[in-house]
Amino acid sequence: MAAARVLRGWSRSTRHLSCVHHIQMCSRGHVVKPKYTCLFGYSSFKFSHPHRLLRTSSTVNGQILQFKLSDIGEGITEVTVKEWYVKEGDTVSQFDSICEVQSDKASVTITSRYDGIIRKLYYDVDEIALVGKPLIDIETEALKDSEEDVVETPAVFHDEHTHQEIKGHKTLATPAVRRLAMENNIKLSEVVGTGKDSRILKEDILNYLAKQTGAILPPSPKSEIIPPLLKSETTQSIPVPVLKPKVFTGKDRTEPITGFEKAMVKTMTMAMKIPHFGYSDEVDLTQLVKLREELKPIALARGIKLSFMPFFLKAASLGLLQFPILNASVDENCQNITYKASHNIGIAMDTEQGLIVPNVKNVQLCSVFEIAIELNRLQKLGSAKQLRTVDITGGTFTLSNIGSIGGTYAKPVILPPEVAIGALGAIKALPRFNEKGEVIKAQIMNVSWSADHRIIDGATVARFSNVWKSFLENPASMLLELK
Amino acid sequence: MRKKLPGLCTISLLPHCTPRRWQGVSTGSNSMLIPFSMKNCFQLLYILKVPTAGLKNTAKGGLILQSTSNNIYQNLAVEDWIHDHMNLEGKPILFLWRNSPTVVIGRHQNPWQECNINLMRERGIKLARRRSGGGTVYHDMGNINLTFFTTKTKYNRMENLKLVIRALKAVQPQLDVQATDRFDLLLEGQFKISGTASKIGRTAAYHHCTLLCNTDWISLSSVLKSPYQGIKSNATPSVPSLVKNLLENDDTLTCEVLMESIAAEYAAYHQTDSNIILINPTDETVFPGINKQAEELQTWEWIYGKTPKFSVNTSLNLLSEHSYSEMKIHVDVKNGRVEDCNIDAPDHWLPQEMLDKLRTRFVGSKFCQCEATVLINALLRTYPKDHELYSKWHLLCEKVKTIM
Repeated sequence: MAAARVLRGWSRSTRHLSCVHHIQMCSRGHVVKPKYTCLFGYSSFKFSHPHRLLRTSSTVNGQILQFKLSDIGEGITEVTVKEWYVKEGDTVSQFDSICEVQSDKASVTITSRYDGIIRKLYYDVDEIALVGKPLIDIETEALKDSEEDVVETPAVFHDEHTHQEIKGHKTLATPAVRRLAMENNIKLSEVVGTGKDSRILKEDILNYLAKQTGAILPPSPKSEIIPPLLKSETTQSIPVPVLKPKVFTGKDRTEPITGFEKAMVKTMTMAMKIPHFGYSDEVDLTQLVKLREELKPIALARGIKLSFMPFFLKAASLGLLQFPILNASVDENCQNITYKASHNIGIAMDTEQGLIVPNVKNVQLCSVFEIAIELNRLQKLGSAKQLRTVDITGGTFTLSNIGSIGGTYAKPVILPPEVAIGALGAIKALPRFNEKGEVIKAQIMNVSWSADHRIIDGATVARFSNVWKSFLENPASMLLELK
Repeated sequence: MRKKLPGLCTISLLPHCTPRRWQGVSTGSNSMLIPFSMKNCFQLLYILKVPTAGLKNTAKGGLILQSTSNNIYQNLAVEDWIHDHMNLEGKPILFLWRNSPTVVIGRHQNPWQECNINLMRERGIKLARRRSGGGTVYHDMGNINLTFFTTKTKYNRMENLKLVIRALKAVQPQLDVQATDRFDLLLEGQFKISGTASKIGRTAAYHHCTLLCNTDWISLSSVLKSPYQGIKSNATPSVPSLVKNLLENDDTLTCEVLMESIAAEYAAYHQTDSNIILINPTDETVFPGINKQAEELQTWEWIYGKTPKFSVNTSLNLLSEHSYSEMKIHVDVKNGRVEDCNIDAPDHWLPQEMLDKLRTRFVGSKFCQCEATVLINALLRTYPKDHELYSKWHLLCEKVKTIM
């Protein structure tokens, strides 16, 4: 049988071959037709899809060509290989870059002359390659030479995936294109090739798929269908929409976690050991917003951009003076509490590389303006990726202004060895009642505190939050604390 | 002499615009698949409205372009774009450009070996890696860059340099300028005023060189001196030379004067229109896809990540309040990331497990001060208690960062 001839052809390949008879039964209990299922090293397939066959024939019949390093000009006889863009086993197309060589201040990109699979690289990086000598071995499909071998096999199959004599032409396509066609059950003979010599390109396959309408679904044998629908002949048959096959060539990508992300993994894993509790509240910033508008130009005249953060930091520091336990640190076994003297308040900063938390040192000694200066400096360093270790260590309390991006309530995670953190939402204009019971427009911001419940209780945080809130709702009260 | 004619620029690109990865369009077919670059050439056709007289002028020998930007990345992207997208058959191009202070390293060089990265960061001097080979150069507005684009067959560096010498002598006939066999230009036989590098592709090639007119050589010499010790690598090393500014020789040799002279000489040699066409390297209509190329040149992966494998083997002194000791450190870096790291601190100075932790943190991360800072900080959070230990740890980490 022709199938046996094919099997013999396969045995030429180095893959292990085993054949299993597999008889398929249809729903009526009749044997439709016997199908041979053959198992290669990794995948099984049925005769009606001889894609694997195609693969084997190409590897068996492909020529291995030596690609020599061509003359670069200026009498150069040797170059240093600096970088390989391919490795053994990769598939390349004509004109793909293969490697980068350097000679005497000239950097040369060597491109492939053929389509095919790389079989051997003759040099390692930093080795000297000689002009005129082989650079790589590439296995091409050798379409012109092996016509006879190839034609033999398709005579068996009615499908036309292989190199077929179609109108006297071969269907030319690179292995990558063939795989794409095979994955989507497309007959190469039906695709119009628009590449060189009517070569079928990837775009041709995609265009062909786009044009397909319902031809994908295999027609089921009519004898099997018992259509209940036909009984109600009065109802109009609405054509059922058929999904066009979607070609998705995306792939999952795994990469190791490094750098900023790795640092975050370490810090947050440690933070997991702290039992967090949350406390949220809403702050009316109408007065502060007005105040800042007045102060902004004054600060700008002195060269500083004034945001809300300096006010938040100063108010927090004033609150910490009354509740020093929030500015503390516990040791590993929770045996001792260290009340930190300095209020080094950190601000979470979102940079291109990830999350980084620099801190403003000794906020208890700084005026609002001085805090603004320091924030400006840290922001500039942060965006230039020049924050020093001293800027990001030694923090005792943290504020995260996630509201600058958006949000209302959050659940911030404490950064060890600190014991508390606050997340500030966005400032929104909302209707509120004033003392007279009238509806007024108020600038509302939400704050969410998280604290270490091993040493801090809810009442402490609530009172701290009230103090902080009162300073911000009534900025004038901060005057009383001026030194 | 100078016209800003972006339209003129594009029409001359058109009839010969052939992308590098041209797979061949079967002419008889109705459904033509047109590769990306060609499509844009067709689009350019519709944008243009140029008098035919203009077309005839540029149809002859070549083009002279000058960049309106001083951004190294944008200008390097123009070089790449012209190299990849234009058909230079019978139409060579001269590209004139200058940059704000930047250090440019060659394709296969090691920035840690070539320049003082920290000093550059402090002074706001950029770092860029170009695609051509060769050594490290310092650019600023007193330095002219010339790029000669030709087909691969017409690639001839000596011819280009002779052209430059003729142009210089046209302004100042007594100038003692010669080309060496390393394709440098020497003034008075000893001072280097120009360095060369080139890139050869499948069909096109370019040769670019610098020309020192009035560079801040104090900045040049301080920034091109690497403070990093113990680096062992196969990266292309730079050959340091004594340099001098042309302006010191003769007041008349300013950048503007020299650029005009070189353009005139080029036009005469290639029998082309001597008008210098100003181009904007961010204009996507003229150079479709160029902004993406400029962005790629600025990524960490390109500038630092493309450094050939190297290792650092050095000893750092640890001076603390109580003691003085030395620590040996060995780092293997591949693709800009730490592949392996070994820290040999004096016995009992720090617990071994801390050193091991530091080591595992570093492996796989970028060989970069900023990332090291963040990683070290995350590590420091785990050891805040013992003050002495903390300060020793802090000192160790600071010292390790100095090698990056």
